[in-house]
Amino acid sequence: MGYPHHPHQRETPILSQYFGDQEARTLDGWKKRGGYKALEKALGMPPGDIVNVVKESGLRGRGGAGFPTGMKWSFMKPGDGKPHYLCCNADESEPGTFKDRELMRWTPHALVEGCAIGAYAIGAETAYIYIRGEFTEPLYWMDKAVKEAYAAGIIGKNAMGTGKRIDVHVHKGAGAYICGEETALMNSLEGRRGNPRIKPPFPAVSGVFGMPTTINNVETLIASAPILLNGADWYKKMSLSSPKSTGTKLFSVCGNVQRPGTYEVTMGFPFKEFLYDLCGGPPHGRKFKAVIPGGASVPIQTMEEAEATLMDYEGFVAQGSMLGSGGVIVIDDAQSMVSVIARIARFFAHESCSQCTQCREGTAWTTKIMERIRDGQGTSEDLDTLLDIGEQMTGKTICVLSDSCAVPVASGIKKFRAEFEALIPGGRVHPVIAAVA
Amino acid sequence: MPETKMVNLTIEGRPVTVPDGTTILEAAKTAGILIPHYCYHPGLPVAGVCRMCLVEVEKAPKLAPSCATTVAEGQVVHIYSDKSLDARKGVLEMLLINHPLDCPICDQSGECELQDYTYQEGRADSRYREPKRFNPAEDFGGDVIYVPNRCILCTRCVRFMDDVAHEPTLNVSERGDRALIGKFEGRDMTHPWAANVIDLCPVGALLSKDFLNKARAWELDRASSICPNCTQGCNVIMETRENQLVRMRPRPNEEVNAFFMCDYGRLNYRWMNEKNRVELPMVRRGDALASTSWEAAITAAARVLNGKSVSVVASPMLSNEALFLLTQLMQGGSGVFRVTEGEEAPLPGVPDLALRRERAANVHGAEALGFKKTNDLFGSLKQGDVLVVAGEDLAGIDASALSRASDVVVISSVLPEAAKNASVVLPIANFSEEEGTVTNLRGRVQRFTQAKQAPGESRPSWLVLGDLLGALGKQSNFFLPSEVFAQLATSNKSFAGLSYDTIGFKGLPLADAPKSGPKTPIAVGAA
Repeated sequence: MGYPHHPHQRETPILSQYFGDQEARTLDGWKKRGGYKALEKALGMPPGDIVNVVKESGLRGRGGAGFPTGMKWSFMKPGDGKPHYLCCNADESEPGTFKDRELMRWTPHALVEGCAIGAYAIGAETAYIYIRGEFTEPLYWMDKAVKEAYAAGIIGKNAMGTGKRIDVHVHKGAGAYICGEETALMNSLEGRRGNPRIKPPFPAVSGVFGMPTTINNVETLIASAPILLNGADWYKKMSLSSPKSTGTKLFSVCGNVQRPGTYEVTMGFPFKEFLYDLCGGPPHGRKFKAVIPGGASVPIQTMEEAEATLMDYEGFVAQGSMLGSGGVIVIDDAQSMVSVIARIARFFAHESCSQCTQCREGTAWTTKIMERIRDGQGTSEDLDTLLDIGEQMTGKTICVLSDSCAVPVASGIKKFRAEFEALIPGGRVHPVIAAVA
Repeated sequence: MPETKMVNLTIEGRPVTVPDGTTILEAAKTAGILIPHYCYHPGLPVAGVCRMCLVEVEKAPKLAPSCATTVAEGQVVHIYSDKSLDARKGVLEMLLINHPLDCPICDQSGECELQDYTYQEGRADSRYREPKRFNPAEDFGGDVIYVPNRCILCTRCVRFMDDVAHEPTLNVSERGDRALIGKFEGRDMTHPWAANVIDLCPVGALLSKDFLNKARAWELDRASSICPNCTQGCNVIMETRENQLVRMRPRPNEEVNAFFMCDYGRLNYRWMNEKNRVELPMVRRGDALASTSWEAAITAAARVLNGKSVSVVASPMLSNEALFLLTQLMQGGSGVFRVTEGEEAPLPGVPDLALRRERAANVHGAEALGFKKTNDLFGSLKQGDVLVVAGEDLAGIDASALSRASDVVVISSVLPEAAKNASVVLPIANFSEEEGTVTNLRGRVQRFTQAKQAPGESRPSWLVLGDLLGALGKQSNFFLPSEVFAQLATSNKSFAGLSYDTIGFKGLPLADAPKSGPKTPIAVGAA
C-alpha cells in the first residue's frame, strides 16, 4: 500500500489531516494531536446530549445509505434493561472504496475514540469493530491501538477513570462482500453464516445476539469526535450546498485518473473540479467517459451528469446516481463500458449470499449474458432480457445486493446503449442459441 | 388464556379476521387462498428466502413476502395483481434456469411444487440460453439422496435438522449460483427423524432411497391412516400401488405428530405386504386343516367356544373394535397381550413427540379394554380353556406352551407355527386392510382407513368377530365398524361420547385421558 499524497489545497482535511503522519498512529502521538479529548468531554455529558449534538450537526451515515446518525442513535432506548451493542462496520468491501482502510491505517486511535463515544451515547458497554478479512495492515494497527487504549485505561472497566465501562473488540471478517450488509455482519459476528436477516426486526430492536444494536460506518464514528469538540454549528457550516448534507466526506478515487487516492472535501464540492483539479484529470491523451461515484453498486454517471454534480447526498441523486460509500471509479474513453459492467456483474454474482432466488440466479444470469455480449456473441433480445431480469432483481429481495447488481447494468444500458449494440450485430451466433433456434 | 387481539384485513377482496401476529400467508389460507411458496413451512422457522410468496400490500412501497409479513388492521392485500403475479413469474423463471427439467425421470414429478406453481403461474418458455450448472448427486446417509441440480435452496431441510431435530447436519455450502446443500463433515442423515427432509423438500432434490423409482405419484392410491409401528400414533398417509403398500408419509396433526414421522415408522411397512397369509377360513379335519366356507368356519368356531372358559391372546396391533369384540367373547376369561420394545427416540423440536419404546399401535387401547400386558402369554391359561389367538404371531413360542388349551381358535392374518394344531382358523385383514380406531399413549382415539385389499377371503377383524358373537347368540351382526364403535362407546366409560363422526381424522382423547394442550408450534422466527 502506498503512502498518501499531500493534501490538495482545496481539500478540507479534518479526518484525514494526519494521513502519512507515522506518529499519529501511536497513543502518545495521537494524544499530542488532541486525541481522546472528545471522549473525555463525551464521558462528562449525559448520553442524550451527545445524541442531540450529533443530531444537530446533520451527520449522516458514511457507509452508503446516508441515514442520519443522531436519529439512528436515538432509536436505542435507554433503560430497557437489555445490553446494547455498537458495531462499527469496517468491512469496507464495496468495490472502489478504500477510505476506511486509510482511516484505520493512519488514525486507528480515532476509531477507538469514535467507538467509545458512540457506545457511550447509545448506552452500550461493548463495541465491536468488524474489520474486513483482507485488511491485514489496518487490522494490525487497530489491534495495536485497542491494546494501547486498554493499557492506558482509556477504555475498559473504568474508562478514563469515570467508572464507566466501554469495551472495544476487533473482529476480523473472513472476506465476504455481503458481510458489510449490517444484518449479515451481525450474523457473521455471532459466528453464523453471513447472510442478511429479514427486517423487521430492525437492529435497534433486535441486533447482535438479539439485543438492541447500532451499526455505524468507520468514517461516521470518527467524525463524531470533532463534532463533539467543535460543536454542531461548526460541522453544519461546512457545507457548500444542501443543508441536508453537512461536514466533510472522504472520497476514494480510483480508475483512469492522474492522481488516484483518498480526498476529503466539504459536502457540495463541485464534482467537475474534483475530478479535473484535485484528481488531475484523465491520463494523457484520453478523455473521461463515465464515473461510478459511490462504489460499484450505484448507477453509472455520464460525464455530462458528473460534471454537473455537486458532491453531496442530494447532488448525486439529482444527477442520476448516488453518493454511496464515496468510492469514485473513473472510466476513460479507452475502456469498453460493456466490459466494465460485465466485470461488476461478475463481482456481484460471486458475492451473492445465495439466499434469495432473484439474487442467486439473477446475478449469475446477468453475468453470463453480459459476458456473452462482451465476447461478441450477444443477440438482439439480450438487452431487453437484461433489463427485465434487472427489474425482477430490484426491490424484491432481503437485502440490496441484488439491486446493486441490476443498477449498473440498467444504467449502463440506458446511458451507453450504443456501446452494447455495437457489440451485438455481426456477432457470431451463440452455439446454444443456434441449437435451439 | 389471555384474550388474543383480532385483526381485520382484506385479502383478494375477501374480509378476513385473524389473530394479531398471523402472517399474511396463513391469513390467506383462512380465506381459501394458498399463496405459492417454497421456503415457508408451518413447522419450521421462517426464512423468507425463496421470495415466491410476494404479494402486493396497498400503501406498502415494495412487494411483501407474505410468509414473513404479519397482518395489520385495515390492510388490503392483492395476491393476483399484475405486480405480484409478475414477481412470482420472475421467481419461477429464475428457479428453473438451472433446473434440469428432468421431470420424466424424477420421483417428485406429480407431487412437485415447482411443477405445480410453474403450471399455475409460470412462463411457458424460458429466456435462458446459457449452460446450466451441474453438480453430481450425493448420498446423504440414512434414507436420503440429494440431487443438487434440482435443488431450489429453500433451506427447509437445513432448518429442519437445525431447529426441529436439533442435530445440525446440513448447511448451505458455497454462495451465489454455486450454492448447494452440503453436509457437515462427519455427519450423516442418520438422525431417527432425518427422513422428514424428503417430505419437506418441495422439489425432487431430496429423495427417499426406499421409494426411489418405485412409482410415479399419479399411480398411487392414498388412504388416511395411523402409523402402526409405535404407541405415538402418528397420523400418516398410506400409499399403495397395485395393492402393494409402497410408502408411508406423515399427515399433519398438531395434537400428535405436527408434520413429521420417524424413519423407523416410515420404513417399517413391508410387513403389511407379506405374502404368507391365510387366505381362506379353515377347520380341522383329522390331522389337517381344511379350507371351508366362512359360514362353516364360524359355526365350527362357535361350537368350540360355546359354554367354555375362553382365554384370549391378542395383538396390540388390533383395532379398538376388534379388541372390544374379543372381550365380549371372553365370557369371564382373561385377555393378555405382549409388545415388542425398542429404544425411545424423541424429536426435540416438537413437544411430546417420539418414537416410543412400545412398538405397536394400540397398546393403550388394549389396556383400556382390560387386556393385560405380559411377557408370559400363557401363564393364566387354565387346563381345558379354549385359547383364542387373535393377531398375535406367537413368534418364539413353542407349540407345547399351548397344550393346556382344549381347543385353539386362530383369528389372524398369518397362521402361527405354534398354533398349527388349531381347531379353526379365521383369516382377517391386517392393519392396512381394514378400517378401525386405535388409542395412542396419550389416550387419543384415532381412526385409520383401509389402504389396500386383503388377500383371498380374509375379512375385517370386526366383521369376523361380530359374526362369531352372532353365532354364539350374543350380539346382532354388525355391518360397519362404526356400529361396533358405537356399541363400544355405550358400554365402556372411557369411550363414552365418542363416535366416528366426532373423532374425524384428527382424533379425540378418551374421556379419562390426561389433558394435554395442543403442541406449541415451533418458535417462529428463531434463528
